[in-house]
Amino acid sequence: MAPTARPTVAPPLSPHLQVYRWTWTMLMSILNRATGAALYGGTLLVTIWLVALASGPKAYGAVAWFFGSWIGLLILFAYTWVLLNHMLGGLRHFIWDTGRGFERHERMALSRMSLIASVALTIVIWALALLLH
Amino acid sequence: MAETKSASIRTPRARVKGLGASGHGAEHFWMQRLTGAANLLLMIAFAVIVAKMWGRPYPEAVALVAQPVVAIVLLLTIVSATIHMRLGMQVIIEDYVHGTGLKFAALTANTFYAVAVAAACLYAIVRVGLGGLV
Repeated sequence: MAPTARPTVAPPLSPHLQVYRWTWTMLMSILNRATGAALYGGTLLVTIWLVALASGPKAYGAVAWFFGSWIGLLILFAYTWVLLNHMLGGLRHFIWDTGRGFERHERMALSRMSLIASVALTIVIWALALLLH
Repeated sequence: MAETKSASIRTPRARVKGLGASGHGAEHFWMQRLTGAANLLLMIAFAVIVAKMWGRPYPEAVALVAQPVVAIVLLLTIVSATIHMRLGMQVIIEDYVHGTGLKFAALTANTFYAVAVAAACLYAIVRVGLGGLV
């Protein structure tokens, strides 16, 4: 038997995200992990802020200036949404932990609602902060 | 039922301990939920503190964090959040990092990072809380 030609198409690797049809539950599951990872790094911002406060007026002034700049405010705005999305994702999981909310329409609605609520709450919190400031 | 029991390779002692194959039962899962619930409450207070810090000159910022209630809320937030984030990142590493050596290194680095963040924040809060900065 003659040796067969090497296949011109690479054999498929084990499937990952790209082969699935996107659903709300899939999107929000990925976002919950991604926001968790972002918060893991974001905790450094809290550390910088607190250590600067303990270090003296010069260090604190620099950090306060940065967070008050447009890029600092943008980071804090994003941080707020990331935190709220992860928090609401956690609440969603608390509901699922009790064994409730697993019907198709329920789990899709819970996932959709947590995304909408995280965006809405972020806007409300920043509107309040800017109004009361 | 008696037949099912005799068919199990689990020792009576392991069954009494009830910790399963992992050897530590549901501890990780439970701690993640417990700190998650704590974070939920603490983050609301934390957000109010951050909002109140906004635009304060240094002496007033120090005075705010030095208030016992504020300092205690910050301490609790750091403890709960760093435990929670360490457990969360541990699962991410276990899911995606496969080489034994690399996984061990990543898990160790994860613990170092969480403890370092916690130590730095806790020290800073106590330093501000005990006074003498302004």
